[in-house]
Amino acid sequence: MVGEAEPEIDGRRIAAEARDRVRFEEEALALADQVYRVARRLVATREEAEDLVQDTYGRAFRSWQSYTPGTNLRAWLLRILTNLNLDRGRKIQRTPDMQPIEEGDYYLANKMAEAQGEQVLDQERVVEHLSQDSIVNALSSLPHDFRDTVVLVDIGEFSYADAAQILDIPIGTVMSRLHRGRRLLKQQLAEEAIS
Amino acid sequence: MSHGPCEACEELLQGYLDRELTDAEVELAESHLDGCDYCRRRYRFEVSLRQYVQTTAVERMPAGLMDRLSELRSAGA
Repeated sequence: MVGEAEPEIDGRRIAAEARDRVRFEEEALALADQVYRVARRLVATREEAEDLVQDTYGRAFRSWQSYTPGTNLRAWLLRILTNLNLDRGRKIQRTPDMQPIEEGDYYLANKMAEAQGEQVLDQERVVEHLSQDSIVNALSSLPHDFRDTVVLVDIGEFSYADAAQILDIPIGTVMSRLHRGRRLLKQQLAEEAIS
Repeated sequence: MSHGPCEACEELLQGYLDRELTDAEVELAESHLDGCDYCRRRYRFEVSLRQYVQTTAVERMPAGLMDRLSELRSAGA
């Protein structure tokens, strides 16, 4: 009796696992565009981003069983991706000097107003003077740690908690890197805008 | 009430911008924004900059990548 029942149970288990696997793969593939968008801003070139996404999906499909269904799959994929990106070996970067808060605060707006000889510049209109290239260049000029956090929160629209989990750092570190990263971004944009 | 740059406001406004505040903190941030011209202008600038970054820095997945990803699926998929 037992001998007859076992293959049947095994068969059902294997079929169920195959279904779970197919479902996992389909859900993961449905997120590919969103994963790529983040990857693209974490690395310098399109080719690197494509390689990184392919390596991520290769690893995800192999280790799909370590994903807990019902949890944030996009965050799970991005965690693989950021780890792979780290493994690629990054150069140690010097963190650029920060402007004191009095200047850092309105640095971009003030610099742009200065450059254009305007005394008063509407804060909301400042961004209209920025080109797409300048945003992309400014993002890629950020030191890696800051860029990772800014890209995950601002491009990937992850919560602080998700970003903390993806990067394996405390939430407080996400907040301070985000704050510093955004300020560095504004400084960089200001420099590009006036050069 | 209006004032210049302040670290406490910076922190509060960042959380407000990212929708990461508790209800009580949201109330605090909004009542501060209501009364502080400096922070209100600064917040508006941050919102528009963030939106601009989101819309300009996003690049769609290149054609062909999806096919290559699908090929990585397990056999029989």
